Amino acid sequence: MNEHVIHFIYMAAAACFILALKWLSAVPTAKRGVITGILGMLLAVGGTVLAPEIRHYLWILVAFAVGGIIGVPMALMPMTAVPQRTALSHAFGALAAALVGTAEYYLDTRDVFTLTNLTHFKMGAIGLEVLLGFLTFTASLMAFGKLQEILPTRPITYKGQNIVNLSLLTAAVVVTILLILDPGKTYLFPVLMVLSLAFGVLFIIPIGGADMPTVISLLNSYAGLSASAMGFVLNNKLLIIAGALDGSSGFILSIIMCKAMNRSFTNVLFGAFGQVQAAAVAGEQKTARSAAPEEAAALLEAANSVMIVPGYGMAAAQAQHAVRELYDTLTKRGVDVKFAIHPVAGRMPGHMNVLLAEADIPYDRLLEMEDANRELPQTDVALVIGANDVTNPAARTDKSSPIYGMPILDVDKARTVMVIKRSLNPGFAGIDNELYYLDKTLMLFGDAKGFTTQLVKNLATDNGGGFH
Amino acid sequence: METDQLSNFYVFLLATFLGLEVIRRVSPLLHTPLMSLTNAISAITVVGSIVIAGEQRTTLSTVLGTVAVTASMINIVGGYMITYRMLKMFKKREPKH
Repeated sequence: MNEHVIHFIYMAAAACFILALKWLSAVPTAKRGVITGILGMLLAVGGTVLAPEIRHYLWILVAFAVGGIIGVPMALMPMTAVPQRTALSHAFGALAAALVGTAEYYLDTRDVFTLTNLTHFKMGAIGLEVLLGFLTFTASLMAFGKLQEILPTRPITYKGQNIVNLSLLTAAVVVTILLILDPGKTYLFPVLMVLSLAFGVLFIIPIGGADMPTVISLLNSYAGLSASAMGFVLNNKLLIIAGALDGSSGFILSIIMCKAMNRSFTNVLFGAFGQVQAAAVAGEQKTARSAAPEEAAALLEAANSVMIVPGYGMAAAQAQHAVRELYDTLTKRGVDVKFAIHPVAGRMPGHMNVLLAEADIPYDRLLEMEDANRELPQTDVALVIGANDVTNPAARTDKSSPIYGMPILDVDKARTVMVIKRSLNPGFAGIDNELYYLDKTLMLFGDAKGFTTQLVKNLATDNGGGFH
Repeated sequence: METDQLSNFYVFLLATFLGLEVIRRVSPLLHTPLMSLTNAISAITVVGSIVIAGEQRTTLSTVLGTVAVTASMINIVGGYMITYRMLKMFKKREPKH
């Protein structure tokens, strides 16, 4: 096909991708966004397959088939597995970029004639593509391992960790610079590959489960940037645009996640938050009031408004369907039930929304933090299910607390607070939550799913004429 | 640096700013679908992979290219499908009878 025609096809594809993201901004147009994105990808693939330099189709078709066969089950995973699925797909995306960069390098260094193609600039782009690609590949696999709980989710730290990591990264950058100065030094290329792969692994080791939303967003950004770097290598503007869109998206999400935890990038990446953090004031004995399902159900039934605050605990216990039943039962009795979603609740941005949507809870019942905080002071019961640090009032009041300044859901302002929790153990930050010791708080000790189911049962039996 | 590469930098710059503006408007409700959609879009690496796999210049490049096409294809198929699946789940409250 004519080269100019291909350029126009690529331009149309780029326009589709931009529109796809624009339409994704709100639920009513979001599906149209996905369809437009698919159209853009079809144009891009179609235009490329028809390019004159493609001579052999066999392996491309085989790869399409294999990719499709693996891709479909990855799209059908349960919603609770979405964070690990996302991490895995970042790994695939980054791997593709890194491998193409590697192939380009070895094609250009075959002999002295091909070496003239490898300008300093192209070498720089390949270096960046390979560095970002391979480090994102292993980092995403590690993130996958932690989210799937194949690897320990607690941060693993050792003495001098930051120094080791930084020197590894510096070494990788130095090797890249040496390669840019003399692209013909082929022995340096495998060194760059190994350093990047190793850095990816070590970089994730000190990061704890609760920091995953930021890290996944950051890896999303890196995968996009390595695709963009590929665009510079191949002198292809479509790749540059699509990669830049992905890069900026991941970047924005990681900033939102950092803000929602009141922490800086460096603190997330090098802080190893939530490791030992010895509980400072352990001495004073505080008492929490607890309640049985019957009592809690009676309080919920008497309420006019209930705000449910879900957290990772709800996802871990797969309690979203039980929560839906609770929502249905209460709504049927005229109780106004809403959900308060903290931006970092769960293991990836938007995790809670997807889980609750999966359980058929209407999305207009899901409130963002600001809206929820506006309504909480007039709410009769705030029911916390599996969330901890995002509800800790110490973030507002206690300057010595490690989470001081973090924006929280003001559940303590509701008239009554109920917290479903296995025990009084502190959350990931290792900080005691004073919410549990307030006079208006009732602790509902138990598993998120089990307790919620019991609440529903109690509400149902009351209705049916009271047999216990 | 060739002028072509210079214009590539302009394209990168503009696309980044456009991306920041467009994505800033995405409702937090849809942050998970956003990530799976951008993941599918960044599988545009398929374009470079197809060229490497289809040119068949050396065995190494063909092997690397084929694996890269496979990896990209996984994200294209998986990414768009799961995004669509998620969005189908977002429903408004049914009007009361």
